[in-house]
Amino acid sequence: MTLSAPGPARNLPQYGALIAVLLANWLLFPDFFAIRLQDGRLFGSLIDVLNRGAPVALLAIGMTMVIATRGVDLSVGAVMAISGAIAATMTGAGWSLPAVLAASLAAGLLCGLWNGLLVAVLRIQPIIATLILMVAGRGIAQLVTEGQIVTFTSPSLAFIGSGSFLTVPMPVVLTIVALAVTALLVRATALGLMIEAVGVNRLSSAGAGVNTPVVLVAVYVWCGLCAAVAGLIVTADIRGADANNAGLWLELDAILAVVVGGTSLLGGRFGLVLSVVGALIIQSMNTGILLSGFKPEFNLIVKAGVLLVVLLLQSPALTLFLPRPKAARPIGTVKPPVAPTSGGAKP
Amino acid sequence: MTASTAPPSAPLLAIRGLSKAFLGVQALDGVDFTLRHGEIHALLGENGAGKSTLIKTLTGVYQRDGGTVALEGREIAPRGVEEAQRLHIGTVYQEVNLLPNLSVAENLFLGRQPMRWGLVDRGAMRRRARAVLQPYGLSIDVTAPLGRFSVATQQIIAIARAVDMSAKVLILDEPTASLDAQEVAVLFKVMRTLRSRGIGIVFVTHFLDQVYEVCDSITVLRNGRLVGERRTAELPRLDLVAMMLGRELEAAAHRIDLGPAEVDSRPPLASFKGFGKARSVEPFDLDIRPGEVVALAGLLGSGRTETVRLVFGMDRADKGEATVDGRTIRLKGPRDAVRLGFGFCPEDRKKEGIVGELSVRENIILALQARQGWLKPIPRRRQEEIADRFIRLLDIRTPDAERPIQLLSGGNQQKALLARWLATEPRLLILDEPTRGIDVGAHAEIIRLIERLCADGMALLVVSSELEEIVAYSRRVVVLRDRRHVAELRGGEVSVERIVAAIASETPNVIASESTAGAGSGAEVRQ
Repeated sequence: MTLSAPGPARNLPQYGALIAVLLANWLLFPDFFAIRLQDGRLFGSLIDVLNRGAPVALLAIGMTMVIATRGVDLSVGAVMAISGAIAATMTGAGWSLPAVLAASLAAGLLCGLWNGLLVAVLRIQPIIATLILMVAGRGIAQLVTEGQIVTFTSPSLAFIGSGSFLTVPMPVVLTIVALAVTALLVRATALGLMIEAVGVNRLSSAGAGVNTPVVLVAVYVWCGLCAAVAGLIVTADIRGADANNAGLWLELDAILAVVVGGTSLLGGRFGLVLSVVGALIIQSMNTGILLSGFKPEFNLIVKAGVLLVVLLLQSPALTLFLPRPKAARPIGTVKPPVAPTSGGAKP
Repeated sequence: MTASTAPPSAPLLAIRGLSKAFLGVQALDGVDFTLRHGEIHALLGENGAGKSTLIKTLTGVYQRDGGTVALEGREIAPRGVEEAQRLHIGTVYQEVNLLPNLSVAENLFLGRQPMRWGLVDRGAMRRRARAVLQPYGLSIDVTAPLGRFSVATQQIIAIARAVDMSAKVLILDEPTASLDAQEVAVLFKVMRTLRSRGIGIVFVTHFLDQVYEVCDSITVLRNGRLVGERRTAELPRLDLVAMMLGRELEAAAHRIDLGPAEVDSRPPLASFKGFGKARSVEPFDLDIRPGEVVALAGLLGSGRTETVRLVFGMDRADKGEATVDGRTIRLKGPRDAVRLGFGFCPEDRKKEGIVGELSVRENIILALQARQGWLKPIPRRRQEEIADRFIRLLDIRTPDAERPIQLLSGGNQQKALLARWLATEPRLLILDEPTRGIDVGAHAEIIRLIERLCADGMALLVVSSELEEIVAYSRRVVVLRDRRHVAELRGGEVSVERIVAAIASETPNVIASESTAGAGSGAEVRQ
């Protein structure tokens, strides 16, 4: 996906880290790679990593493009709560599944539109603009659930969280579909180029005729949609909506996944697949620490340590010490510029 | 040279043989500058003249390499803005460097608040703030945040702060750049009052009218060297412009003969009537016909860049109307301009031109892709063809089209930007300082390219400080001064001397009569 990468070497830290974490899990827990088929659905620790990692992976897909435009979306956790609250409440009230899904996705779309308009039209800094919905979103979700933890029993909605398609758990299927659709949308059209151009230099892009407001609104809307799907999965999985805790702090995991995946917070080049790999690295660690029987308190510290290593491996300061192809030098003769005198008297 | 005009006592500020180099580039080379008590002294020069280096050396931002600076006969060498302030040198910049969210009073006494019992005495601060501002005719609410007032008021507050901190030397760096005429008048009144109190003012500006209105003396720098110091009253405008541009007016005119000034009767491609924007450029009329090169000439800050930014929609005009092919158009932004077939290579390539991290290929196809819309991507193969064609055509030196454009040299970046617009086959291409900061070889190539483009029927609107260049490739030159289009030279009238004369003209009638005296001329003069 990162077309600009000079060979596969650039993606090495991400794939290397994923393999290392998986191997560490295997050492701690020899059955880690065991997969069995039961009642037409795959089970096993590895499947569990994919399944549990799906919400963050979905958030990371949307977040990648927002970050590529040099933005950030802090509201995705709250959007998950809103979409989940709507789904659980409507299902409890007897609405059909298509209506429930449409309403939840529409809510995500509206949230994205709100963020996008604040950033693109009112030119509010993304971190502040999305902070508004991050705070307000949970309030909205609580209004929807009327402050209760809403549960439901409808098997049709629950299928999204715990069902399977061709033996693969539904959350994994939905993540793969979202990744494929997103990749198609940005790479089979010129949207990817425009997102990267806006992220690198908004002024230059606007000057070249790129419709920067529309690009910005589009990425926030897409991010909101991804968050709504993630919210549906979590609600369907637990057969209930908890407006206070659904998706809590997941926005930070999503940002982390994108950064671990190598997309710079300064915008520009982005890699969708690598962001998903980043999400899987985070989830593998969560699962591994749970399986190992360590106290959950260690989870956060070990996680921080591994992430630090991955980020260090990507750091330009560190790669200075590693051998690299001689490429990064300006080319063309750099002669002293002609003094910008107003006469034509050239030296 | 200055001995005859110096007062018997030591001058307020005497700079002798000041030198400063950056990485081997001599920014100031043995410059003398003398400021007397109760004098407003203009410091003038074009881009790269060394004005800001001189000021920053005075205010302690830079340390000088050589020369002496004496304040009232005592040698000084400030190592920071605060030390300069203690040495009675105050500076006010165009962008007021105070804190907009603090109150006026707090800004006035920042770092030196009146204290009582170890706490800021707010009452005393307010009273003193009112007293400090009173001589400037400012009776404003000193507890309101500074940012709520106009730039002009903020500037006067900044001046009041500097003077209250016992400034003897006040440096005003382009204070009038964003003020309207009325605000300028108020500022000048303040400056004259301070002059009568014996304060010496260094006034940096691009507006010649303002220099003649308020300044006693003028020092001109060019390319880091002193060109000369004159009393304003003894220096005709023409001589001043010649000093700034470094031009010997006696030199024989040497230019390609373009034939007599013919009146072009073809309908214009683009026509602008009464087009303008407050605080940017006065309303102007401009017609551009297919295949012609129209150049905009003038000093730095005269409104050249502002004009082309309005034409391309980078800034929105608030007056006048524009037509293309006789139809009224709306120019709400660059996207409208791109759709009309306009292209624009901005002056600040890095900030507004290139998309640094993206490849040369992506930079070249960006405008074409933007015009086609995101739903119709240019196939990768086609992108590569376009990029390779322009890399060959314009001789862009890069190992391949996939290299990030930021790794190319300035000249090659500029050529890639030209390629971006040529790929859209524009009808009107706007170039703002196309040859600035470019090495000699690429410079000549870009000139040749401009000539080839206009031969192919594309209209060009070029801003350049290089008068010889303008004369070489344009048949029509619009001359700007003080944000106004003041003259238009056509065909045979286009010469370096005429352009300089138009820039220097005090009243537009002067050139009007001069040019009508010339046989068959059609100069238009506007005010």
